[in-house]
Amino acid sequence: MSSSPPAVLEVASLAKSYPVRGGRTEAVAGVSFDVAPGEFVCLVGPSGCGKTTLLRCLAGLLAPSAGEVRLAGAPVRRPPPQMGFVSQDYSNSMLPWLKVDKNVTFPLRHKGIGARRRAELAAEALRVVGLSEFARHYPWQLSGGMQQRVAIARALAYQPEILLMDEPFASVDAQTRGELEDLLLDVWATYGVTTVFVTHDIDESVYLADRVIVLSRRPSTVARQVTVGLPRPRDQISTKELPEFTRLRTEVMRTIAQVGGGGPASSEHRAPPGSSRVAASP
Amino acid sequence: MIRRGLLLTLEIAVPVLLLAGYAVWAARAQSFYFPPLGTIQERFAQLWLFERVPDDLLPSLRRLGIGYVLCVLLGVGAGLLLGVSRVVQQAVQPLAEFLRALPAVALIPFGVLVFGFGDSMRIFIIVVGAVWPILLNTIDGVRGVDPGMLEMARAYQVGRWGRIRGIVVPAALPRVVAGMRTSLSIAIILMVVSEMVAGRDGVGYFVLESQRRFAISDMWTGIILLGIVGYLANFLFVQAERRLLRWHRESKGLAR
Repeated sequence: MSSSPPAVLEVASLAKSYPVRGGRTEAVAGVSFDVAPGEFVCLVGPSGCGKTTLLRCLAGLLAPSAGEVRLAGAPVRRPPPQMGFVSQDYSNSMLPWLKVDKNVTFPLRHKGIGARRRAELAAEALRVVGLSEFARHYPWQLSGGMQQRVAIARALAYQPEILLMDEPFASVDAQTRGELEDLLLDVWATYGVTTVFVTHDIDESVYLADRVIVLSRRPSTVARQVTVGLPRPRDQISTKELPEFTRLRTEVMRTIAQVGGGGPASSEHRAPPGSSRVAASP
Repeated sequence: MIRRGLLLTLEIAVPVLLLAGYAVWAARAQSFYFPPLGTIQERFAQLWLFERVPDDLLPSLRRLGIGYVLCVLLGVGAGLLLGVSRVVQQAVQPLAEFLRALPAVALIPFGVLVFGFGDSMRIFIIVVGAVWPILLNTIDGVRGVDPGMLEMARAYQVGRWGRIRGIVVPAALPRVVAGMRTSLSIAIILMVVSEMVAGRDGVGYFVLESQRRFAISDMWTGIILLGIVGYLANFLFVQAERRLLRWHRESKGLAR
């Protein structure tokens, strides 16, 4: 990259604190980063570091206490129209009374898109995630991995310009996880949709991303940004064999160990009283 | 399969045996209070196939129907409002608990004062007594909606009304329907009781009137008819529920 293109997503000094008994606990403290159009960014950090809070602020689901999120130049105050969202709990985001295709078109129906167009978009999205044959099944008839593919299809059918994903593959088995990662990369390459992906899995972040943003322990700040120059398309075996992959994952891991692991938090990041549920990561 | 057949046989055999037992016993006992089965049968056919159907059964069913529909509309409507809004719930909850604890029949004199002796009074009693299971179950159902579903809808810009219609209502439906089922049996009880007070028609009125005329067989036919009405209403209800909530039963892995 010679000159950086204008960012589609700008996060400026974002902070989020919650009231707790006897004061406030800070989940996010002054996070700033930009995401370029079409970029795949992973947010990683020690567990409990406020990644999910940060993502929910980006999605406009939570109002930040300070700072700002701008999407395509406009401040985000509520969920923006051009955003797709996939959460960790696939089973809770599926509506069990609707068949798979209706789950996919659920947001579209409320967007006022006609029935025919909805059916087209659903058929296309389900084809992309390889679930065409399951359109008339109920979500609870599918495995966890398949349900998460439905959630991805729902996001795709929405035709978002930006896709936010909150540890979407955290609760599926390792084999399925690999398949879903590759599916996501295919989709991303095909549609060129800007993606922000939260994970606590270091390998996953390096495997997927153009850039990994490492967050410190709670309250989270940006500890480090690691640019991933691994060639695409990526492959579960050959990419992970590359010395560069190993180097990058070590770099990310070391950063996390420094900010979240052994040593005590630096004084300005010391957890306030009452936030005793800070991550205790190795 | 064998087990199912056995159960079905039992289901039919037990009532048949009971009836047969009664027939044998009543024929010997010559009791004034328990007329022979044949007599009851005969009177049942004379009265309810279908001479008194328009005079007594239809008015009863009309009251029950109107009262029950009002219960559902009020219970679900108010339940949604109370379940969605913390503030409204806080304000109304104590009152609702008080009214629920009140035996509805205690309001019959009041109902007579306000509505007179017509259908309105009887419908009022049905609503006052039978709305609670629907209301409280709706509130519970709304409360229990998975926050993950609502967040998903919010992220996809589904508005408040869309979330209520598209997520809250269907997600709460199993609870609502459970409340409706309880409510139905309460409504039938209150229909009968309300007809026994200063009534001019209705099956409840007929039972009381027969007793006053010492027409004991007639009285029993009325009671049996009420049993049949209750049984059929519940049967129809369960059939409708099975269709409506197929997703719920099967997603929970219950028997089909």
